Amino acid sequence: MPGLEHYLILSGLLFCIGLAGAVIKRSAIVILMCIEIMLTGVNIAMVAFSRFITPVELTGQIFTVFIIVVAAAEIAIGLAIILALYRNRNTIDTQKIDLLKW
Amino acid sequence: MNDIAEIVFWMIPGLPLAAFVIVFIGLRVLRVNDWLGALLSIIATTASFALSVWLGIRLLIQPQTRLIEGFSWFSAGTGMNVDVGLLVNPLTVIMLVVVSTISLMVQIYSVGYMRRDGGINRYFSFISLFTFAMLSLVMSNNLLIMFMSWEMVGLCSYLLIGFWFHRPEAAKAAKKAFFITRIGDFGFLAALLILFNATGTFDIEGIHQAAAAGIVSATAITWAALGIFFGAVGKSAQFPLHTWLPDAMEGPTPVSALIHAATMVAAGVFLVARMYPLFEQSESALTVVAVVGGITALLAATIALVMWDIKKVLAYSTISQLGYMMLGIGLGGVWVGIFHLFTHAFFKALLFMGAGSVSHSTHTFDMREMGGLGRKMPITCITFVAGALSLSGLWPLAGFFSKEEILGSALESQPILFGIVLATVFLTAFYMFRVVFLTFGGKYKGKGKPHESPLVMLAPMLIMAVLAISAGWLNADGTIGSLLGEESNHSWTTGIFGVFTHSLTWVSLLLAAAGIMLAWAMYSKNWFSPKKVSSRFTSVNSLLLHKYWFDELYENIIGSRLLNNGLFRFFEIADERIIDGAVNGLASLTSYTGSMARRVQNGKLQNYLLIFITGVAIIALVAIIIN
Repeated sequence: MPGLEHYLILSGLLFCIGLAGAVIKRSAIVILMCIEIMLTGVNIAMVAFSRFITPVELTGQIFTVFIIVVAAAEIAIGLAIILALYRNRNTIDTQKIDLLKW
Repeated sequence: MNDIAEIVFWMIPGLPLAAFVIVFIGLRVLRVNDWLGALLSIIATTASFALSVWLGIRLLIQPQTRLIEGFSWFSAGTGMNVDVGLLVNPLTVIMLVVVSTISLMVQIYSVGYMRRDGGINRYFSFISLFTFAMLSLVMSNNLLIMFMSWEMVGLCSYLLIGFWFHRPEAAKAAKKAFFITRIGDFGFLAALLILFNATGTFDIEGIHQAAAAGIVSATAITWAALGIFFGAVGKSAQFPLHTWLPDAMEGPTPVSALIHAATMVAAGVFLVARMYPLFEQSESALTVVAVVGGITALLAATIALVMWDIKKVLAYSTISQLGYMMLGIGLGGVWVGIFHLFTHAFFKALLFMGAGSVSHSTHTFDMREMGGLGRKMPITCITFVAGALSLSGLWPLAGFFSKEEILGSALESQPILFGIVLATVFLTAFYMFRVVFLTFGGKYKGKGKPHESPLVMLAPMLIMAVLAISAGWLNADGTIGSLLGEESNHSWTTGIFGVFTHSLTWVSLLLAAAGIMLAWAMYSKNWFSPKKVSSRFTSVNSLLLHKYWFDELYENIIGSRLLNNGLFRFFEIADERIIDGAVNGLASLTSYTGSMARRVQNGKLQNYLLIFITGVAIIALVAIIIN
């Protein structure tokens, strides 16, 4: 029977993997995917806390559902932005998209 | 005088002020016919003149002082009350008569002289303002109001010297006059503060009473007296601030006659006379007055010897005579100086009017282009010669009597100054008749056809000529002297004819006659040519032609080197380097820091993310360590 710490380790691992990907990868789509992984990590932590600390109330679960909805909306907008970017600049490499600087 | 209504006294300065307001604001804005302004000014001045003369006659019958309470102007703190009021004593009335007479004559004369000029309303409004300022200066019972009027006459002088402001020389001369008199005003203002600090009042009588009661310390009195005298040095063009007056001749000639010969420049002498009780308590201050007056008298007279511009000669002559007045006050007391001021005002204004009349028909002031005008302008010639004789101090003309008093008081106290005065008598006669022979004698050397001036110019000149001849007789029985505190009892005839019992009279008359004869020999008969004399004494001649290099000293050495390249340069550098430097340094530091820091914002999204994560990590670490 896995305890709270196992869930939290998994959640931390997922968050770090996502974070590393978001910092390192160049493709904007992969970065979006990495952000999703980070959000998933957070969701797991939420549900785990809810289950182990306040089993009666479902606050963590409800929060998670909210996060999933917002993430879906974010992806929709993010993909739209990436599409527009690609049409304009013919690339989605974030290292090359650096017009907004000093 | 006690039965005269107060309103009469207020009307004397009030009417010219009203004329100024109406002419300047009303007529100039509405662009009404120019000559209406002249008419209004002359009417107002005539009224002031009539009232002044009436006061003068009343004074002769029964001399007394009258103090007229006005209104409280302002009060500040405890004990600082400034009341506007009038102090009418014999000194005031004498000045009133002089100022209003000359002002009226000059305004009438101006109608002829200025008739071809534009801006008549502007001209007459300024003259009215000047008359108001001068009258209120003379009548004020309060040093602060006096100082204001003092500045106002300075302003009018500036405006009228620069009347033809489109001429660069006139604009420059106006500026110079304003600046240099301002140096003296600084002394006046300082004295005002010293006196207020010591006595707590600006009231002239109050200050005199406090000084007489011994409340004010001797050093304070000396410094205050010197400060007041320094103000007078600026206004009366005394050495070393005399350089503005000759340049002031750029103004219209009637203005020179009114402001720069008879009234405003005499305001300095009047100021010293007004504050004489203060000077009386400080022997050293009086000595300074006398010595500066003596130096000025001789210095200016020598410069007048070589000038070719007729107005410049008269200007230096004015400076020299103002020096006489200062010397008279310093050595002989108020009445000696004021008596000379009184007579000088008439004959010097007359001489300026004569010079104006001459230039009106020849269109030049250069005496080398004149000559032979005696036949063509007989009335101008006669009046001018009367003025010149009076100035040279020939018996029985006005200048003789007042000059005798100065000579007498110098002989009694200061042998060196007496020598200076005697030398100046000779020089004065010489340079005046140099002008007379160059202008009216010989043959006409200029172009054009000179003609006699119109009656409107000649009439004031004739009246002034009568005054220049007769003004001295007023004191033949000691009238002016006794009004100003010098008791003397002798009859008219002894006053006029008794002078020949003194050997001093003969000496001065002989010197004056010698001066006239020398001028006649050099410039009329050409027995020895002026050119030879000047080439013989080249260095002296060039020294005089350059007016002792005072202008060069002030402009090049003091103005340019000491101030512009010295003190002001220092301020400029201090401003540029230290003050601007601090501000600019701060700005460039900010800008530099910014240019360094902006490298962080390189537009790469993931850099931001990395920095953001590092920040969060650091905060988290810190939080963990603290806990």
